[in-house]
Amino acid sequence: MSIDTIEGTHPAPGAEETGKAPVLEVTDLRVTFRGFNSNPDVTAVRGVSYRVHRGEVLGIVGESGSGKSVSSMAAMGLLPDHASITGSVRLHGEEILSLDDRAMARKRGKVISMVFQDPLSGLTPVYTVGDQLAEAVTTHDKKTPKAKARERAVELLDLVGIPNPENRYRSFPHEFSGGMRQRVMIAMAMANNPDVIICDEPTTALDVTIQAQILELLRAAQRETGAAIVMITHDLGVVAGFVDRLLVMYAGRPVEMGSVDEIYYGSRMPYTMGLLGAVPRMDLERQGALVPIKGNPPSLTDLPPGCPFAPRCPIARPECEMAEPELLQVGEQPSAETIRATSEEAGHAPAQVKDTGERRVACIRSGEIDSNAWTAQDIYPVPDIAEFEGYSSDREQRADMLRVRDLIKHHPLMKGAVLKRRVGTVYAVDGLDFDIREGETLALVGESGCGKSSTLMEIMGLDEPQRGSVEVMGRDVSTLSKADRFALRKDMQIVFQDPMSSLDPRMTVFDIIAEPLATHKVPQEEITRRVYELVGLVGLDPEHVTRFPAEFSGGQRQRIGIARALALEPKLLVLDEPVSALDVSIQAGVINLLEELQAELGLAYLFVAHDLSVVRHIADRVAVMYLGRIVEIGDTDSIYNRPSHPYTQALLSAIPVPDPEKERGRAHIVLDGDLPSPANPPSGCRFRTRCQKFLTLSAQDQEQCTNTEPQILPANGGDQGTACHFAEGREGVR
Amino acid sequence: MSTSTDTPTQGTEGQAPTVSPAPSRFKDILHQLLGTRRVIIGLVMLAVLALVAFLGPLISAWGVSERDYLNMLQGPTPEHWFGTNRTGQDIFTQATAGLQKSLLIGLLVALISTVVAALVGAFAGYFGGFTDRVLMWIADLALVLPSFVILAILSQHFMGASGWLILVVLLGGLSWMVTSKMVRGMTISLREREYIHAARFMGAPPRKIILRHILPNMSSLLIADATIMVSTAIIGETALSYFGLGVQPPDISLGIVIADGADFATTAPWMFLFPTVLLVLLVLAVNMIGDGLRDALDPATKSRR
Amino acid sequence: MGKFLARRLLNYVVLIFIATSFAYVLAATNLAPRDYFEQMQPPPDPELVDAQLDTLNLNDETPLAQRYATWMSGVLSGDFGQTIQGGSVTDQMLMKAGVTLRLIVVATLLGSFMGVVIGAYAAIRQYRAFDKAATGASFFVLSVPTVVIAIVIQVAAVTANDLLGIQFFRYSGEYTAGFQGEWWEMLINRVYHAILPTLVLALALFATFARYQRNMMLDVLGADFVRTAMAKGLTRRKALFKHALRTAMIPTITYFTFTFGMLVSGATFTEKIYAWQGMGAWLIDSIARQDVHVVAAVSFFMAVTIMVASLLSDLLYAWLDPRVRV
Repeated sequence: MSIDTIEGTHPAPGAEETGKAPVLEVTDLRVTFRGFNSNPDVTAVRGVSYRVHRGEVLGIVGESGSGKSVSSMAAMGLLPDHASITGSVRLHGEEILSLDDRAMARKRGKVISMVFQDPLSGLTPVYTVGDQLAEAVTTHDKKTPKAKARERAVELLDLVGIPNPENRYRSFPHEFSGGMRQRVMIAMAMANNPDVIICDEPTTALDVTIQAQILELLRAAQRETGAAIVMITHDLGVVAGFVDRLLVMYAGRPVEMGSVDEIYYGSRMPYTMGLLGAVPRMDLERQGALVPIKGNPPSLTDLPPGCPFAPRCPIARPECEMAEPELLQVGEQPSAETIRATSEEAGHAPAQVKDTGERRVACIRSGEIDSNAWTAQDIYPVPDIAEFEGYSSDREQRADMLRVRDLIKHHPLMKGAVLKRRVGTVYAVDGLDFDIREGETLALVGESGCGKSSTLMEIMGLDEPQRGSVEVMGRDVSTLSKADRFALRKDMQIVFQDPMSSLDPRMTVFDIIAEPLATHKVPQEEITRRVYELVGLVGLDPEHVTRFPAEFSGGQRQRIGIARALALEPKLLVLDEPVSALDVSIQAGVINLLEELQAELGLAYLFVAHDLSVVRHIADRVAVMYLGRIVEIGDTDSIYNRPSHPYTQALLSAIPVPDPEKERGRAHIVLDGDLPSPANPPSGCRFRTRCQKFLTLSAQDQEQCTNTEPQILPANGGDQGTACHFAEGREGVR
Repeated sequence: MSTSTDTPTQGTEGQAPTVSPAPSRFKDILHQLLGTRRVIIGLVMLAVLALVAFLGPLISAWGVSERDYLNMLQGPTPEHWFGTNRTGQDIFTQATAGLQKSLLIGLLVALISTVVAALVGAFAGYFGGFTDRVLMWIADLALVLPSFVILAILSQHFMGASGWLILVVLLGGLSWMVTSKMVRGMTISLREREYIHAARFMGAPPRKIILRHILPNMSSLLIADATIMVSTAIIGETALSYFGLGVQPPDISLGIVIADGADFATTAPWMFLFPTVLLVLLVLAVNMIGDGLRDALDPATKSRR
Repeated sequence: MGKFLARRLLNYVVLIFIATSFAYVLAATNLAPRDYFEQMQPPPDPELVDAQLDTLNLNDETPLAQRYATWMSGVLSGDFGQTIQGGSVTDQMLMKAGVTLRLIVVATLLGSFMGVVIGAYAAIRQYRAFDKAATGASFFVLSVPTVVIAIVIQVAAVTANDLLGIQFFRYSGEYTAGFQGEWWEMLINRVYHAILPTLVLALALFATFARYQRNMMLDVLGADFVRTAMAKGLTRRKALFKHALRTAMIPTITYFTFTFGMLVSGATFTEKIYAWQGMGAWLIDSIARQDVHVVAAVSFFMAVTIMVASLLSDLLYAWLDPRVRV
């Protein structure tokens, strides 16, 4: 195989005006997937242009289906055959879109490489991670001796922070955690010191503390290789502190482009403004209701002529629907009259301007927004959410909805698919205490594997726990008769995370919402009345009740799930990550709905989440879980302002804030390693193996952490308790 | 709840007044099926074959076992469309009557085995633990039992007018195991779906969850599998009958007619050719439908087209 | 690990024991060895028949439990009793098992290998000419019963021989009766006879595997890890063969167990039609002869082969898939 000769030798044509050649230049990229079986074609990318220079980080932000991933896959030559791609992709000035697979393969992983979203399925399950990593080296240099490639692979594993790389070389992907697999993927992308690394949602599937590690690693990788990075994400927090320039995509096209600060502090595109307003903020004490963007992104099969965001835009004008606005500098947009005049020319597709580095917006009212200095709150109607006024303001006076005492759930750890056998015990939930009062929201937060879901299942099962007690509405579930248990289910219902799998695809919306009523033998006329009432309550169109779940978007489906949960008029609603599968703009609407329902119906919520920003927005009290135990519990403001457990501190610090300036100034506490296995938790304090505080303690104090399990004790005065021998008040995130 | 009293409260599900006809999933599947050429061809072929099977013996001038002593071992003539065998029986009448029996056997066996497989698999998968171990052990045992031997030993009971029904029950009882394991696997994954949890947490009993949520959600696969089972049963019956261990004379099936003809395959090819072609067409048609159904109904394969 | 393997093997032994016993009881209650003797010409003396049945442990006047106990105690010491004509079942079983196994093993290897290769390649060339041809061919083969395939190939061989004027294709027996020669000539003679029946069995297996492998391969074609492999610089073709095919083989291995039952009965028909003296042909003949012991012995053989196939595929699975290794 010949070694490519382009590296930094030929200046790219057309690069003179900036004086610096971009490493990667994408111009007017368009991707269409041909439809099979009389399905219509899908145009996923409709004209994307950007350029990245050496050492620069470009962020591409957009919701699912905005075409952000497809455009980068197209640049890598990874799209299937039935995708037709037009435009131009230049790598060091060389056009690579027209290269055949063999020539393109020589570039991939060598000059341009990619880190994908899902590390769990990204590695071939049947080869060792080391061999897969070594393959990245040998593919590009067939002459590399095996031992040499192996050496390099071990070196790379070490570089990305895999402990004990010599031994871990022989591990298979399934033996690695998600975070470690993502490290391997990054090592693979770095293996040949590429000039561009495209990161496609590299941290989306990971927990916050692991996300912080990976972002740190990517920063290091960039320093190490000096590569240009294209960072694709939907998370406005991740990009805020990480990228230099930002490209916002909607419906396959860039709608706004500029430096990070320009966009975060002065967006001139209603979509971007709404997006920023819809994000719950962990760093703001009283954010008020979130900005909901109504409607859903358009289908990419048959777009109407105008601005694709116009149907959802609060300040859309008739002209917006006439022609798609071009990506122009603020103030350069044509006037309404010009648009009316030119829109007569049918088939007017906006020309794509080359990315010249200036700030550009695709909105005909961007000039107006700019001159009036409108913010999201100005242009979007934000609901006013009242507080529920039925309960005593004193928490102690209110009735218990749920009281959990010393709850335990251990299950057997099985091994082997061929020879299945028990090899240990998973201490999924290991002594949990908390209570929820009327009208109150308790958030149970923690990373995956901390036992949140097991706790929910144990509570919802209403069976006698292995140890400890669960009291619902003041009744101990272990004393319930079968009939009592059935009756009690009315008072406590659940909303699930995944709007795809939480509704039976074979049932109509009507039947889904009616199911709990029918199960509890409610008369038929009453069911019908109630279903329509609920449909209105959660903001769905009553005409849609005969449709099937598949015909609804994620947000609507989540509303159906909420309607089903409310059918029996429960007093306590258990919410299992109800918004984590939704896009930001949709998520805001569902969060607002939950808050409205609580205010209207006086519900109590047990809200399980891993997203601490959402939690701060919605919860009254927070319980932080780690390896089956609560490490800190208290009212939301206390926890966020004065976290006293080192884990809570690390967790809060790990979350990126969608505010570039703040984010650049923050010091993140990056925890070491992964969550230990719940089958083999550390002795004493379970967090000590990763604790940043533990490292600073004297040997004697460390011994206490190792030997004695800390109990929850009050901290900071007020409603806050911490399970740490050395708890402290620490200033939270400002 | 005091709110939103202005939402429509009258009308039942069926007559909810303003409801526009929603595109249902069923229509979607139908649309997709009709777009699949294989299914169309298969359905047309099957319809024609069924017509031949049920009308053939009626329009033929000859009875199934009636002998034409003047025309023995004779090729196709206007009198005997498919020719005659060495005892002068009309091949057309025999083949169509055999086709009819083969078709009936295939359908019934598929029905029995699919119902058994669905119930056993769903209960084993949903309950897990002891129930699962017992049911799957039985399935394993049934897999080890040499079904061919059992059928062969019991073949003497297939005599008489309704003897073939015993064959049907046995064939069905010996062919549910693989499907039931598939159903069990799917049930285990469905059991962890959130809508199943939701049903459980609203108090629905397990039997209801299985019948209302689990089985309907794999119905498409069950239908596709049942279709494939039809062809498997037809093939199995043919093979048994070929060795005289299946349908017993004077009852007739395609296997018997083919067995008769096989010895004359070189000297009197019509005796072998016509029934064999009918059999192959029948199995082909059923397979085409089943295969198309599976592609159209299985969400996992949808991405492939 | 050893303990768990032992437990699994014990479960297999129990299943085989039950299956064999079941077959014995079914055969003993449904077959009528007495009729076999009474139909002889000239009709033998009833007392003689009784005596003969008693020696063979086939007398229906002896309680079933007693006959079963006698038979089973023999089986446990490796003696499967006597055939109705007085020969040793065990001896004949060993001989005939060899014939059947030869057919099955060769056909399995041949058919599954061809099926996997062609199925995988068809998946890569999805909707191209090769895929359409391979899919069409396997679809057609699957729609034709093994019996019909066997007969058609036999007829074709006869016709071809007639046209050629020489016995080019051999379609009857395992070897030419009375053929004498060097050991390698004997071998060639046997191979010659084995070609057609092996082909018949392999054909059906090939079709099953080609279809299954194609589907499995299509499932992994779009997998993330194939994309990763390409992203690090492998060409599509190489990524598919090195990463996708290897992973897509795993479910095919488990599928093997399910097809094995079909294969055993397919072997029965093939043996009978091609006049091979294997287990399948033996079974059909012995049912006609009301031979209880042979029927039970064949059941035992079939149960053992199915269990061995299942164990083999489990081991292969564990070998191919590191995720289930213990």
